[in-house]
Amino acid sequence: MSAAASAAPVRSSARTLAPARTVATRSLVYAGVCVLVVFFALPLLWLVLTPFSPAPSYRATLSGFTLDNMAKLFDNPQTWPSIRNSLVLAIGSSVLVIALAALAAYALSRVRIPGRDQLLYALLLLSSIVTGTAAMVPIFLMLFQIGLIDRQVGVVLVLSGGLLPAAVFMLKDFVDSIPRSYEESARVFGASPSQILRHIVLPVIRPGMATVGVWALVQVWGNFLVPYVLLSDPAKQPAAVVMYTFYDAGGQPNFALISTFALVYSVPVVVLYLVVNRRYGFAFQGGIKG
Amino acid sequence: MASVTLAGLVKEYPGGVRGVDGVDVEIGDGEFFALLGPSGCGKTTLLRTLAGLEAATEGTVAIGDRDVTRLEPGDRDVAMVFQDYALFPHMTVTDNVAYPLRIQKVGKDERAARALETAQGLSLGALMERRPAQLSGGQQQRVALARAIACHPQVFLFDEPLSNLDARLRLEARTFLKQLQKSLGVTTVFVTHDQAEALAMADRMAVMESGRIRQVGTPREVFQRPANTFVANFIGATPMNLLDAQVVDGRLDLGGFTLPVPDGFAVAEGDKVVYGVRPEYVTAEGATADGGVPEGSVVGTVSAVENLGVHVLVTLDAGEQSLRAVIPEADEPDLGDALTVTPAPGRALLYRADGDGELVGS
Repeated sequence: MSAAASAAPVRSSARTLAPARTVATRSLVYAGVCVLVVFFALPLLWLVLTPFSPAPSYRATLSGFTLDNMAKLFDNPQTWPSIRNSLVLAIGSSVLVIALAALAAYALSRVRIPGRDQLLYALLLLSSIVTGTAAMVPIFLMLFQIGLIDRQVGVVLVLSGGLLPAAVFMLKDFVDSIPRSYEESARVFGASPSQILRHIVLPVIRPGMATVGVWALVQVWGNFLVPYVLLSDPAKQPAAVVMYTFYDAGGQPNFALISTFALVYSVPVVVLYLVVNRRYGFAFQGGIKG
Repeated sequence: MASVTLAGLVKEYPGGVRGVDGVDVEIGDGEFFALLGPSGCGKTTLLRTLAGLEAATEGTVAIGDRDVTRLEPGDRDVAMVFQDYALFPHMTVTDNVAYPLRIQKVGKDERAARALETAQGLSLGALMERRPAQLSGGQQQRVALARAIACHPQVFLFDEPLSNLDARLRLEARTFLKQLQKSLGVTTVFVTHDQAEALAMADRMAVMESGRIRQVGTPREVFQRPANTFVANFIGATPMNLLDAQVVDGRLDLGGFTLPVPDGFAVAEGDKVVYGVRPEYVTAEGATADGGVPEGSVVGTVSAVENLGVHVLVTLDAGEQSLRAVIPEADEPDLGDALTVTPAPGRALLYRADGDGELVGS
C-alpha cells in the first residue's frame, strides 16, 4: 500500500536559459531516477505480465497471451479456501484492532495518566518485536499452552496484539484533535459517556479508523511468518502461506500458479485501497475543522 | 425559567490556585447577566462551574429552588453555547439542532420538525441540510443558539458568544442576541472580556478580578459609579482619570493644584485618596486671558491629541499629574495649548488610596 510516488514537477525558470552545467546535472538526476523507476517497476511489470504468459519464468516478457494459468489456478483446490482464510484473518484482526484502538485512543487522549506518552512509545517499540521473528518461539509456546495453536483465533490475537500499539498511536492523534468543547457541549445536553463516544467521537474519527483499518488489513494480508508458524492445517492457512507451497514435483517453483496467484492475491488490497480512499481519503492526522 | 443563585462558590484547582474565589451573586429570573473581566480572571471558570463542567470546591449553585451543586451538567437544565460553538462537524444543521432532543429520546420525525421550527425562528430554514463547515461564522453562531434553544432550558450560558465573529458582524449579532434574549425571556449568563459588549447587552453585570467579583450592578451603575479603582480603570472606552490626592485644609491637594472635595464623600484632614473622573465627564475650554483659574477647575498644557472620530482625546499635564479629557472634534486644540479643565458636577469620585481602592463612603 505504498503511496503513489508522484514525482514533483521540476520547475524550470522560464525567463533565463539554464546554463550548460545545470543541464548536465539535471540529465544525470533524470538518468538516476529512470534507473530507480525501472528497479521498482520491473517486479510490478512481472506481476502483471507473467500470469498471462504461455511460458512463465523469472523474466518479464511479452510472448503471447493466454488465460490457461488462470484456469489452472482456479482448478487448484487450495486457491479459494486460502483466500477465504486470508479474508477471515485480515478482517478479524482489522475489526479487533479498530475497536480496541478506538477505545484505547479515546481513553489515553482524555484521561491524564502519569507517564502516558512514555507508555505509548514503549509499547510502540515493543510491538515490532511481538510479531517479529525473535518472539516467535515464546509466542508459539504461549499459544500452545493456552490451546490456540492451529487455530485462526490465535493468529488473529497475535497479529492484533502486534498492530495495536501503532494503531492506538495513530488514532490518538485523531482524538487529540477533537476539541473538548464537542464533548462538553454534548455533556451539557445530557449525553452519557457512551453516547458521547458513539454520537460524537467515533463519527468524527471515522477517517482515522478507516485508515487504521486498511493499514491493519494490509499488514495481516501480507503477513507470512505468523500464520506459517502458528497454523499447520493447510485448510486453515491463508493465501500468503499457501502460495509458498506451489512447487512442482521436481522442487521447481510453479511460475504459472505463483504469478497468477500473486496477481489475484494483490487485487483485493488494491481495490480496498481505492474504495476507502474515495470514501474517506487517507489522512494520517485528524485536522478536523468545526 | 428560573433565577440562579451562587453562594460562597469556590473552585480550587490542584495546587491551590483558585479560579473562583468566594463568589456570591444572585441572577434574577429572565435577566441577561454579564460576567466581565480581564483574561484569567475566572469568569469562564465561573460559567463552567455553573454549567457543571467543573466541580465546585466549596459553596452552592442553585437554579430556581433546586440545589444543583452536585448534579451532572445534563441534569441541571441549562444549555451552553461555547466560544467555538462546538457544532458537531459530521452532522447537518438539522441533526445538530435536534441533538439535545435525540438525547431526550424524542422521536426522529418530531425532532426534525422541532429543529426546523427553532431554526426558522433564527432564519436558518434554508440551511438545514448543510454541515457546519459549509456555514459562515454568523450562521454557525445561530445554529449553536438554535441548538441551545431547542432543548428549552431554564438557563442559557454563553461563553464569549461574539468573539469568533468579525467586527461588523459582532455589532449585528449583539443587537440580535439582545432581542432574542428579551423575546425568549430565559435567564442568560454570558461571559465576555469586552466591556463594550457587557455594557451594551447586559441587564446587570459582574466585574471580576482574580476569581472574585469586584462589582455587581447595572451597566449604568458600573459605568457611572465604579465601586473601586479596579473597575474604574477597567470599564470605559478610555480609562478613568485616577489621580493621587491628599486632603489638606478641607481641599484636595493633587500636587501642584487643588480641587474641592466632591459632594457626598466623607474624608478627614490628611487622608490619602484617589480622585477619579472619566475623561468624558470633564469639559475643557481655552484658558482665560488673564491666566486665572476658576474655582473647581484645573489649567493644563496639552501634551497629546488623539482622534476618536467624533471626539478627540486630549492628554494634559497639570502640576505633577497628567489627565485626559474627551472633547468635541470642533474644539481640537494644538499641542502646547493651555486648557481649563472642569469636572462635571457630581461626576467626580473619591477612592481610598489604600486597601482595595474602594469608593469613599459618604
